[in-house]
Amino acid sequence: MVRRILTGIVVVWLVSSGAFFLFFARPVDTVARQLAGRAATPQVINEVIRNLGLNQPIMVQYWHFIDGLLHGDLGFSYYSQEPVDTMLKQDLPPTISLVVGGLILWLVAGLSVGIISATRARSLFDRFSSVAVLIGLSMPVFVIGELLILVVFVPLYQHGFHWIQTGYSGPSQGLGTWSGHMILPWITLAAVQAAVYTRLSRGQLLDTLGEDYIRTARAKGLSERRVIFRHGVRAALTPVVSQLGVDVGQLLGGVIVVEEVFGLGGIGEASVQAIDTDNLPVIIGFVIVAAIFVVLANIIVDLVYALLDPRVRIG
Amino acid sequence: MSLTGLEVVADEVASDAPVVEGRSQWHLTWRRLRHDKVAMVSLIVIGVIIVLAIAAPLFVAITHHPPNTAYPNSGETAAGNPVPPGTAGFWLGTDGTGRDLFIRILYGARISLFVGFVTTAIGTLAGVTVGLIAGYFGGFVDQVLGRFTDAALAFPYVVLALALAVVLGPSLPVIIGVISFFSWAAIARIVRGQTLSIKEKEYIEAARSLGAGPFRIMFIDILPNLLAPVLVLATLYIPTAVVFEATLSYLGLGIQPPTASWGDILADAQNFYQVAWWYVVFPAVALLITTLAFNLLGDGIRDAMDPRTERVLAARRGRGERRRRRARQVLADGGGIGGPGREPYAPSAGGD
Repeated sequence: MVRRILTGIVVVWLVSSGAFFLFFARPVDTVARQLAGRAATPQVINEVIRNLGLNQPIMVQYWHFIDGLLHGDLGFSYYSQEPVDTMLKQDLPPTISLVVGGLILWLVAGLSVGIISATRARSLFDRFSSVAVLIGLSMPVFVIGELLILVVFVPLYQHGFHWIQTGYSGPSQGLGTWSGHMILPWITLAAVQAAVYTRLSRGQLLDTLGEDYIRTARAKGLSERRVIFRHGVRAALTPVVSQLGVDVGQLLGGVIVVEEVFGLGGIGEASVQAIDTDNLPVIIGFVIVAAIFVVLANIIVDLVYALLDPRVRIG
Repeated sequence: MSLTGLEVVADEVASDAPVVEGRSQWHLTWRRLRHDKVAMVSLIVIGVIIVLAIAAPLFVAITHHPPNTAYPNSGETAAGNPVPPGTAGFWLGTDGTGRDLFIRILYGARISLFVGFVTTAIGTLAGVTVGLIAGYFGGFVDQVLGRFTDAALAFPYVVLALALAVVLGPSLPVIIGVISFFSWAAIARIVRGQTLSIKEKEYIEAARSLGAGPFRIMFIDILPNLLAPVLVLATLYIPTAVVFEATLSYLGLGIQPPTASWGDILADAQNFYQVAWWYVVFPAVALLITTLAFNLLGDGIRDAMDPRTERVLAARRGRGERRRRRARQVLADGGGIGGPGREPYAPSAGGD
């Protein structure tokens, strides 16, 4: 466990250093020129570069960066001069709402549809869900979001039904309002991944149900429910869980897009804006948060894995 | 007479047993694919999309609406909104700046298909090369390439794609590079696994004893046996690449306006939800039909290459099929869940 956490820290360090050199290796005067305005003289541009510390050798800048990172300081936004960690903290609530809700919906929908399909293979439900899965797999996240807005939000809103909203409103404004704002983003984020997990859990469970020990369980006279859930699903879930560790990274990409579609104003949207304006400290802040998230999620996935499969030990 | 008799016998044997010889296998696959209605419809749909994309200038000539020309008078309502389909010679209406939506979707298809095919080709080439080298040489080379493959598979690719698009500036070659960069890893992994098992076969040893060098063995002796799974993976990767390009363009990091691309059209359409449904629906449907058709065709080819591909592509799947059949049998026999009436093929006793 300790080793896992140490590896995680090394990964975060590697990713943040990689991002630092990738971004800072480019010419410094583009951002300075933007900041200084269109009619800036070369002197003004040089002034800006000096103020941002961009004229120092890259290793010196890197030292400042790592030093700050260890103190939880991610530098300041080039434009608003706000500390990046404060900005990220402000933008985090919508992102966390989105990720947690979306993740729950994604797993619940994906697994339950997968399990029902597997236990009723070739039934009408199975066929219908297979078609839905294929459509889900073929749709980009932003198209699902836009179509949901077009066919759900707009008509409802025009007919005076105002529970479902776009934009973000925190849970402190009332859980009803909050869920009204989040319901479409959750569905959007969950849709594509739920399709993948439906397919995966269906296949795995069908494989497992063909095992001999399932026949043994049935022969013992256990109830069908008990056979499927205690003997089948538990064993079928392990590959699904390990896939989850891989897909957490994909989830982040989905988060960026969903925030953009619904105007949630989370860290994904902030990072796209930062990218548009060359706001390097903010971009790096996002990359670091993303890396920490992926590492943490993978540790949790390993723990769950060990819980499901007693043969696995946490190294 | 005896010769023709032999031929008949040979033909019978050939049609009964799976033929191992290269060309015949493709022949058999094609024959199976032709009976797969879904796959054939997908193939036709893809063909139509390609033809429409190529013929885009022809439609410009018919409608007299070049893709990047705005029509502020006929193409916008008094309030400056897009006009609905069928108005003033705009078949699918206009977009936010009064341009012909139909023509722009056609030109968007050119970008999508181009990026889809080119990135898949590059990714397949790179993936096959890496997989062959890693699998054939093994040892240290395999370790290093394996780590690279793992990293490329596990990295949150949208984040890196965004980063690269920023550092290098968004343009068509950069997008192709970024998407290709993420396309090779899955193919490399499968090719590596296959190479590992094929290189132990006797005929490889025979080739080596004849004095063939490692590259000759890799590309002449091993590669042809891998083409089937690679073809399936490539077909299934095209829609992923199309979606990837659309997503990048949607975020403003892909194809830059005024060049038409589906992602960019859909990003603009967001400002007109309330007034112009067609602005969202038509490009979304174009995108969906394209990716769906490629996905269905890929699935069809995979099934048509059965039984070999099933085994080759993923050993698990092949086993799964057999078990699935058994599971169905168990369910139909005693489970009582599916109900015997719903079982389309009654399991024969002792089958499989």
